[in-house]
Amino acid sequence: MMQTKHTIAVLVNDQPGVLQRVSGLFGRRGFNIESITVGQSEEAGLSRMVIVTEGDSGTLEQIEKQLYKLIDVIKVIDLSSKPMVARELALIKVKAEPNVRPEIMGVVETFRAAVVDIGTHSMMVQVVGDTDKIDAMIELMKPYGIKELSRTGVTAMIRGNAN
Amino acid sequence: MNAQSAMMGSKEQLREKWMKPEVITGSEILLRSLLLEGVECVFGYPGGAVLYIYDAMHGFDDFKHVLTRHEQGAIHAADGYARASGNVGVCIATSGPGATNLVTGIATAYMDSVPLVVITGNVATNFIGTDAFQEADITGITMPITKHSYLVRDVEDLPRIIHEAFHIASTGRKGPVLIDIPKDVSANKTMFKPVTEVNIRGYNPTVNPNRLQTDKLLKAIESAQRPLILAGGGVVYSGGHEELYQFVTTTGIPITTTLLGLGGFPSGHDLWTGMPGMHGTFASNKALQNTDLLINIGARFDDRVTMKLQGFAPHAKVVHIDIDPAEIGKNVPTDIPIVGDVKTVLEILNKDAKYAHVDAWRAQVMQWKEEQPLQYVDSETELKPQWVIEMLHRTTQGQAIVTTDVGQHQMWAAQFYKFNQPRSFVTSGGLGTMGFGFPSAIGAQMAHPDRLVISINGDGGMQMCAQELAICAINNIPVKVVIINNQVLGMVRQWQEIIYKGRYSHIDLEGSPDFPKLAEAYGVKGLRATNKEEAEAAWQEALNTSGPVVVEFVVRKGENVYPMVQAGDTIDQMLLGDSE
Repeated sequence: MMQTKHTIAVLVNDQPGVLQRVSGLFGRRGFNIESITVGQSEEAGLSRMVIVTEGDSGTLEQIEKQLYKLIDVIKVIDLSSKPMVARELALIKVKAEPNVRPEIMGVVETFRAAVVDIGTHSMMVQVVGDTDKIDAMIELMKPYGIKELSRTGVTAMIRGNAN
Repeated sequence: MNAQSAMMGSKEQLREKWMKPEVITGSEILLRSLLLEGVECVFGYPGGAVLYIYDAMHGFDDFKHVLTRHEQGAIHAADGYARASGNVGVCIATSGPGATNLVTGIATAYMDSVPLVVITGNVATNFIGTDAFQEADITGITMPITKHSYLVRDVEDLPRIIHEAFHIASTGRKGPVLIDIPKDVSANKTMFKPVTEVNIRGYNPTVNPNRLQTDKLLKAIESAQRPLILAGGGVVYSGGHEELYQFVTTTGIPITTTLLGLGGFPSGHDLWTGMPGMHGTFASNKALQNTDLLINIGARFDDRVTMKLQGFAPHAKVVHIDIDPAEIGKNVPTDIPIVGDVKTVLEILNKDAKYAHVDAWRAQVMQWKEEQPLQYVDSETELKPQWVIEMLHRTTQGQAIVTTDVGQHQMWAAQFYKFNQPRSFVTSGGLGTMGFGFPSAIGAQMAHPDRLVISINGDGGMQMCAQELAICAINNIPVKVVIINNQVLGMVRQWQEIIYKGRYSHIDLEGSPDFPKLAEAYGVKGLRATNKEEAEAAWQEALNTSGPVVVEFVVRKGENVYPMVQAGDTIDQMLLGDSE
């Protein structure tokens, strides 16, 4: 069966240990986690996790069913089965002596990214977008020398008219 | 215990006493909550972190507490109690090593969907995370092997958590729930308000099936030429054995029952083909490989049943009835998924089920049964383990509750003790836990004080929890402990003989204790038999003894379990063994 990327939203009780329950489940059942983000949801007491995973349709079905077996899991939504908006944020600290800064600024502007800090020998670039855009930005920054890279992982939602 | 309860007044009066709103400690809340859940018997072992709980139990006799000699004995006993009674089993252990000693028992219960509430103490909340004395992160350790777990941080939460734990353990696909109670929580006082309602948003098991799916199944039966039922533990756990009987007798469809399904359907019935799988009967495995409609009722297509998945039931349209949706399609692609409680599903099916006109198929299955029944080469000079099990069956008319340990004797018990009632076979199927057989019998006997409970063990597994002979002696728990002694780890020997070319590695159990003497050391009667005559006599003596007895049957060392399907083979590739 075809291995594809899936983005899943998991609504969970905001309880100690719930992240461990979810990540542990993925680990012991051999499901892959490409990225995982957790934060508050629209409802007090509930957190929303967004997990990007890879597998065939059978694996995805098992992931959903196994997640539902966790008592702290309220709802599982396969976001990627519908039109969705997926966003990730990356902070890139890139080597930037004053002579190359204008060039980097050019890239930043084109990507509608932002420079959020400037050091003596570096700049910190913040880029928001889907995973492909972030990947592309990182590729473009590489020649200058990336000193540090931090990505949030994907958070996502189904579009307003697609529910 | 019953006499005492009667003296204390009726159940209602007791309930009133337990429900009374009072300012009490977490420990007292725990005891009262357990009573309100209907708990009659708890297996446990005290220690530092549960001292407040045990202090509250001082002079307390509203339920029975059985002090085992090892926490592992306590949890296996609670497991046996749950399997034999259908009620939630309860055990208590202290923090750290007490809690980690429960791990094997929790995993055993989890794999076989047994409802347990496991209570552990922990260090006081302000010590958690400091590597304090006897601290272990037991909720973390047991996360993969519990249905759910709680770390109680506030005594106010205790009544709700206990009530939720019993609800979760005993509904849906049943399983063990752990409640970890820090020492200060068990000491703190609060106003006790009993909780009688549950509201768990993320937990709502599907009991009633989708009628479109049940209709599809009934249609499929009409057009099937070679239908077969594979029934598992779900039949027993849902209490759906009578509904299953009706379904089978109405439709006339042949039935095979898995290890955990044994007793869910009467073994003597013509349509019953025996157990399937690795050590299943010829008829069951042939039927599985030839069926065109496989109706799985509450079994989970375990690898010991299916063996090689590619090539399992190759001609079958697959129907799977299970309370746990995650089991459907997990191992075997399913054509008609039916999520629901087995008993409820069968009730619905029985309303419209019709006789399946598949006489040729039924005749074929009967022929397989006759062609290759379970058999072994008996001996007049040596005691054969299969013969011993047959004797146990013959002398008890199949009416006993039988618990087993794990290995060859377990398979022989499954093959040769013909079960007719649900909850009469207690065995560790999924995890295959050695050391389970004997303590689980203690629990089964506590659940059924008036029934005959036989615990069948090997000489290996018996030594993994033999210390619990003490509690049989002290409490006069009249379990009949059978030890099938072949002086070797028999199942490992069998594999080493067949698969590892006779390279026997570390399987010799020479130096085992003199089992009858070991029993006597604990104050339990011990008997030994080395031939048929002695065996009959010793067993009769055991049956005539009112208290616990250990009977050792010294049997032939090199006996193998047949049929056998080797790992990697499909279930019709059976080694049938010796026959005359």
